[in-house]
Amino acid sequence: MSQVLRALFAPGFFASDPVHAALVVGAVVALVTGVVGVFTVIRGQAFAGHALGEVGSAGGSAAFLGGANPLWGFMGIAIVAAGLIELLGLHRPRARDVATGLVLGAGLGLAALFLYLDATSSSTTGVTVTILFGSLFAVSQQMLPSIVALSAVSLLVLAVCYRMLLLSSLSPDLAAARGVPVRAIGIAYLVIMAVAVSLAAETIGAILATALVVGPPATALRLTKRPGGALVVAGLIGVVAVWLGIVLAYDSYYWPPAGHGWPVSFFVVALVFLFYLVAGAVARIVQARRRRHSEAAPRLAASGCAEHPGDAA
Amino acid sequence: MFSGFMVNTWIAATLVAVIAGVVGFFVVLRGSTFAAHAIPHGAFGGAAGAVLIGVNPIAGLGVFAVGGALGIGWLGRRGRHDVATALALVLMLGLGALFLSFSVEYAAAMYSLLFGEVLGVPSDELLPIAGLGIACIAALAVLYRPLMLTSIAPDVAEARGVAAQRIETGFLLVVALAATMTVPVVGVLLMFSLMIGPAATAGSLTRSPRNAIALSVLLALATVWLAVAVSYLTNLPVGFFVGTLGAVSYGCARIWTARRRGRTAPA
Amino acid sequence: MSGPTLDESADDAILDVDGVSVWLSGREVLHDVRFRIMPGEFTGLIGSNGAGKTTLFRVILGLQAASTGSVLVGGRPLTRRNPIIGYVPQKIFLDPDMPLRARDVVALGLDGHRLGVPLGWGRRRKAVDAMLDAVDARRLADARVGSLSGGEQQRVLIAHALISRPRLLLLDEPLANLDIGAEGEVVALLARIAREQRIAVFISAHDVNPLLPVMDRLVYMAAGNTASGTTAEVIRPEVLSALYGQHVDVLRVHGRILVVAGAEGPSGVTFEETDGAAVGPDIVALR
Repeated sequence: MSQVLRALFAPGFFASDPVHAALVVGAVVALVTGVVGVFTVIRGQAFAGHALGEVGSAGGSAAFLGGANPLWGFMGIAIVAAGLIELLGLHRPRARDVATGLVLGAGLGLAALFLYLDATSSSTTGVTVTILFGSLFAVSQQMLPSIVALSAVSLLVLAVCYRMLLLSSLSPDLAAARGVPVRAIGIAYLVIMAVAVSLAAETIGAILATALVVGPPATALRLTKRPGGALVVAGLIGVVAVWLGIVLAYDSYYWPPAGHGWPVSFFVVALVFLFYLVAGAVARIVQARRRRHSEAAPRLAASGCAEHPGDAA
Repeated sequence: MFSGFMVNTWIAATLVAVIAGVVGFFVVLRGSTFAAHAIPHGAFGGAAGAVLIGVNPIAGLGVFAVGGALGIGWLGRRGRHDVATALALVLMLGLGALFLSFSVEYAAAMYSLLFGEVLGVPSDELLPIAGLGIACIAALAVLYRPLMLTSIAPDVAEARGVAAQRIETGFLLVVALAATMTVPVVGVLLMFSLMIGPAATAGSLTRSPRNAIALSVLLALATVWLAVAVSYLTNLPVGFFVGTLGAVSYGCARIWTARRRGRTAPA
Repeated sequence: MSGPTLDESADDAILDVDGVSVWLSGREVLHDVRFRIMPGEFTGLIGSNGAGKTTLFRVILGLQAASTGSVLVGGRPLTRRNPIIGYVPQKIFLDPDMPLRARDVVALGLDGHRLGVPLGWGRRRKAVDAMLDAVDARRLADARVGSLSGGEQQRVLIAHALISRPRLLLLDEPLANLDIGAEGEVVALLARIAREQRIAVFISAHDVNPLLPVMDRLVYMAAGNTASGTTAEVIRPEVLSALYGQHVDVLRVHGRILVVAGAEGPSGVTFEETDGAAVGPDIVALR
């Protein structure tokens, strides 16, 4: 048994402090992004989710420049960006995408500026890398409480708005007819997403933030039709992907090139992608089998209800 | 500002702007803004990989851009389009992070690849840029009619025998080509801003496709020329000006059209 | 289930749907659909949302495979690209910011499916102008199509479908988002087209009333089942009850038809307005 453990986990894994912090932060972030991400996917706002992560990096680099903790810089700019997208975006998806793209472009331009000023003022190369790609193992212990607190608050707000958010995401017209303040919910949701994504981007990098906000939720929606179930499954898949990625990244210190280690972000992204493809294959097999069963015993449809919105995730 | 190595920069910037203006018109029309961002952005991972194996980074860029376009098309057929784009993007960037971790020297050149560089466009790059640009425009000319039809009424197009999936993939490949050629001056991250800003602004201001394409190109040229000039004078990065100009011009166009629509009686 | 009258020959039918069933995601969405449409006929496809109307259209257009049954268009089996069918879809992407004029949309109906850039601008322009004239939308030719009203957009889309000279025009819920006035105009326009150009019009709707004045026949769809024939033949309690699988009443109020489900009382009762007096509140409450 201990031989198996030694093969799976490279020496020192369980004793290492950075690894502990990474496991905790990674799990917390994966849970929050998974839950927020389910709504992101249902609402078709994956682009906004990605954009907020990248725009947040502009804020992060600005904060770095000012010597402040990048986390608050991230969140501030991300929230402002969310507001701008909502303002410019109107309700039509194409106009919203254009607005998202332009806010992203402006944000990236600002990031370019700040990174440039960063590099010339403090002459630290690799700042670009850190901000854009992030490093899970470099999360400082002191940030742990604020990360957990922010995540808890986000989840709390989501829990409070759950029914309204779900209805307005699945069917905005029906929600409006029932008196749900669709616009306000939309803005609140964008802000939550900004918080969640900047949390993720700061700790695990902008790439991973996008991957976790989109991948596990889309995978979960392929496996289950019930939104509540999807929330749980998305969080689970995210945590599994992050933990497995951490293990692999730690182990990879012994892989070629030796002493270097492969980046965590690569492993997690690869795993998220893999899970998505596997879930897609599973869903297709299940559907094909269901069709063959039903065609063998034809019966009338009970009622003509519309196709479930979670069908093609 | 107009002599020596800067001449190359002006020529490259002009070529880039023309392509961005034309391609951008279709990107905005079809709502493919995420893909237009994801393809150049993900392609960056390919550049890192190319440097690793000692090949010209632009080649790596091109390979990943094309791969990204095909991947988005393939994944998009089986699931939501924006999910497909996001996953293809992060996979390419994840690979990029992996390649970057193997080679340390690359970090320095990364900035200019991402955000653009006004100086240092070698003369021997101009011809390939022009060649790729002509290829893009030719491809768009061939795809023009089905592209327009599938942009507004994909069901009707399908019913009339248009292979909408193939048209979409072909279009994404054009975006990939455009991304590859525009990287030298404007940079991978801001290139899509040059595609979207001018085209979106033009679409708000004119009514016919022909005028919109022409205006989009003009606005892209103005944006790039202004950005290059100011960047040269202030030493601040070109990408910053491109990004902010794109957002500002669109914002102004929206305010202007909102005022104009408010003044005339509603249709 | 009514079928064609005895003096029609099957060879003349512009559309012949025979025993079509469609399974989607493990559910039978259409069950044994059969009806015929003759050239120049105005036919309504009536059913509530989700009854399967769009699916049926997709089968006819060759976009959706039928699990069983056959469809003949113009006497020939289905192919993917059928030039004799014109299609006006329910949803179309028309942002107010899109740089497209009405004439551009109509021109795409001419050759939007072919590769390359459009040539022969003079000839195209004339054809587009003529078609816009035919649908009473000439003055909208240079307007931004995304900023037109619902009724105006419908006209442009109809012109777009007509310019390729189809013999069968399919319209998917064209009246859905129109006010009463625009509704009447579009229906009158379609009826005139059907009459003057001998184009068969097959239009889906969830409310039969706007089409009553102009409809020759209708196909009534409920829960994937269909009944076809004239209004008098199909809109009867016994026919509709069999379709829905539950008791259904048919009320006629001021010449309008109300199909009412779940009413208590003897089946097959038709309340007829005799002297034009207003119907009492207790009947309305049945809804």
